[in-house]
Parts: sequence; structure tokens; C-alpha cells
Amino acid sequence: MSEHEMTDVKHHLTDPIIAAYAAGTLPEHLALVVATHVSLCDSCRAALEAHEAMGGAVLDQTEAVALDDDLLPATLAQLDQPRTEAPVPARQGIFPGPVMAALKGHPPRWKAAGMGVKQQILCATPEGTVRLLYIPGGVAVPDHGHKGLELTLVLQGSFSDETGHFGPGDVEIADDTLEHTPIADPGPACICLAATDAPLRFNSWVPRLAQRFLKI
Amino acid sequence: MMPPEVVACCGHGGERLTEFSEETQAMLAIRDERDRAAFAKLFRLFAPRIKGFLIKGGCGAAQAEEIAQEAMLRVWHKAALYDPHRANVSAWIFTIARNARVDMLRREARPMPEEMKEEPGSEPDAGQIVALEQEATQLREAIAGLKPAQREVIERAYLGELTHQELSEEMGIPMGTIKSRIRLGLERLRHDLKGLRTP
Repeated sequence: MSEHEMTDVKHHLTDPIIAAYAAGTLPEHLALVVATHVSLCDSCRAALEAHEAMGGAVLDQTEAVALDDDLLPATLAQLDQPRTEAPVPARQGIFPGPVMAALKGHPPRWKAAGMGVKQQILCATPEGTVRLLYIPGGVAVPDHGHKGLELTLVLQGSFSDETGHFGPGDVEIADDTLEHTPIADPGPACICLAATDAPLRFNSWVPRLAQRFLKI
Repeated sequence: MMPPEVVACCGHGGERLTEFSEETQAMLAIRDERDRAAFAKLFRLFAPRIKGFLIKGGCGAAQAEEIAQEAMLRVWHKAALYDPHRANVSAWIFTIARNARVDMLRREARPMPEEMKEEPGSEPDAGQIVALEQEATQLREAIAGLKPAQREVIERAYLGELTHQELSEEMGIPMGTIKSRIRLGLERLRHDLKGLRTP
């Protein structure tokens, strides 16, 4: 075990999320949280490898489709061509390898977001956004858009809400049916990796208001 | 799956007499001896299946062939990462092909967990490798034994046709059936992971 290994992770990923990551269908913003949690949690790593074994079993039973006759010789001829593999950034302090990769190897460049909260967006696609959040102790986690699935992974410190207490390595899984107000626990700042699905619905204020009241 | 046969296995720990599947032997020969004949053998075995797998998952034939070739090139270049204690060859090639598909179709870097490294000086454990191969066989049998509709859900899930929402809604029943098998594998994996470290 390395010094950073989280042996006391209490809040884990769910099976469908791990299966979707194993199948390669999880959008990038959510996949980053999964890859980071798996780097910290042996039990979810084992679950992931079991799902990958399932994928291997399905691959084994898939009917072969004939290839172009030239493909094997062409591939053999390419084996000696050097390939430039992008370096894989290593863990730095509280930031596991996948986060360092998303940061392109540099420390975060925090941007103030009010109330002492800071953030850095790591990836924003039409499907969603993943960001690092820095929340001083005692401060509420800002509402960073709560439509669809939201994964929040603690890297440092801890936060609590109506559903429980979340420390380093813990991941909170929330969807739009969960009403919660996470607050960073007193003490050192809470640093989280937070992924949210892109708001897919209404953009004008009237339906948004309706959305809030009707909880649709 | 080819029947296992008795072979000499040259690992980091020296000569060992053991019985590995032909796929595992070929993959170890690629990893440890850069054996091109072994690569050609795995290519003939896996590349047409990867192509079929990708076509079933919605790829066009030409693109499926391109991704299958890229996946096999990665098998060659990333062979040093293959650890037969952790994944059987099919599972490992599945992850390689999946990553190649995401990289080439979505043109985005797929976030990957940190690699776990074997403790320096640890010797290959032939018993563990064989046990993992046997589990993979049992897993295949468990899937083959599912009712057709349930098997289809499992196939669609790993072919990449289901979103995580659809997975939560549709996979309950077949997963329940296979769960005991996976749970068995999980216990073993958890145990194995204790001996490994992240860098």
C-alpha cells in the first residue's frame, strides 16, 4: 500500500457506473471521477476489473468478422515503427494521476468563485463538466448545477450533508431527486473533484422557475 | 478457448512448470520476448473478433477494421503492462480495444486509473494465473447459460450500447444471475490487490 492508499473509503461507486466505465460509455467528465476514485479505492478497482473480465468474456463470444488479407502483414510491418506515448502524469500530493493528467501535469490554477470558494474547470463538454473545487471549512459547497447525475469525490478535508459524512476518497452520487446542502467540515479546506451533467433543459428564466417549483 | 497444456514458463522468478492457456503463453511471449509469431497468432485470434465486436456496437466495417488494427498495435506496444495475475488475455485486450475505440471515435483522452505495480522482486504465481483463467472460463459459461434476452442485455452493455442510466434500469436481472460469479472474482481480486502498490 502506498501512503496515499485510502483504506477507509466508505462511499463507493455504484455497479452501473463502474460497468458503464468498463464498457467505455461513460462521458469524459464522469469517467475522470471514476478513474480517480479507482486510483484511491481497491474495492472499486476490483469491481472494475471484474467488469472488464465480463467485457473480455463477451469479446470471446463475439462472432469473428473476416479482415482484409493485407491487414496482418501491414500490421506486422508497423510493429517496429516507434510510437510516441504521451507521458502519464504521476500523483502529486492530494491529486491522483488521472487528475494530474487532466491538469496536464501542472498544479491547479484556482479562480475565485465567491465566499472563499475557488475552482478550476478541468473538462467541459456538451455532456457535462468536471471541476476541482476548493471550499474553506464551514462554507457550503456552491450549487454547481444539479441536473442529471452528479459525482463529488473528496480529495482533501471532508464535507457533510443530509445523507452523510464524506472524507478523502469518498464519492457522493447524487441525481436531481436529491435535495442536499453539502457543507465543508470545519478545519482544513475541502478539495473535491466534482462532475455534473450539462443542464439539458430550459434556458429562459420562466421555465427554470417552473422547474424549481414543479421539480420537473 | 484452447485447452491448457503443460509448458515451461520463464518468468522473473526463473523456470516454472505450469499450465497456461495458449493465449496467455502467446501474450507472455510478446511481453517478455517480443515474439512476432506469438503476436501474429493473437492477431489472427483477436483482430477479427474485435472487428465483429465493434460492428455489433455500431461501427462501420472499415472503421471497425481500422480500430481493430490500432488495438492490436497497442497490444504490442503496451505489452509490458500485461499482468496475467490481474487480467486474462481477453479481458486485457477488451480494455485495449475499448480505449482505442474511445480515443478514435470520440477524439478525447480517456481518463485512466493509476497503474498498480507489482512489488519489486515478486515472483509470478502460476497457481493464481491458472485460477484466473479458470474463472474467465466459468464467466463465459455463466453468460452462455443466461436466457437469450438476458444475454443480449449483457452483450449490449459491454458492446457499449447502454448508457449508465440504461444499465441501472436493464442490467438488474442478468447481473443478479451472474453476480455470484463476479463476487467470487471480486474477493480474489481484492485479495490480490493487497499485494500491489500504486507508484
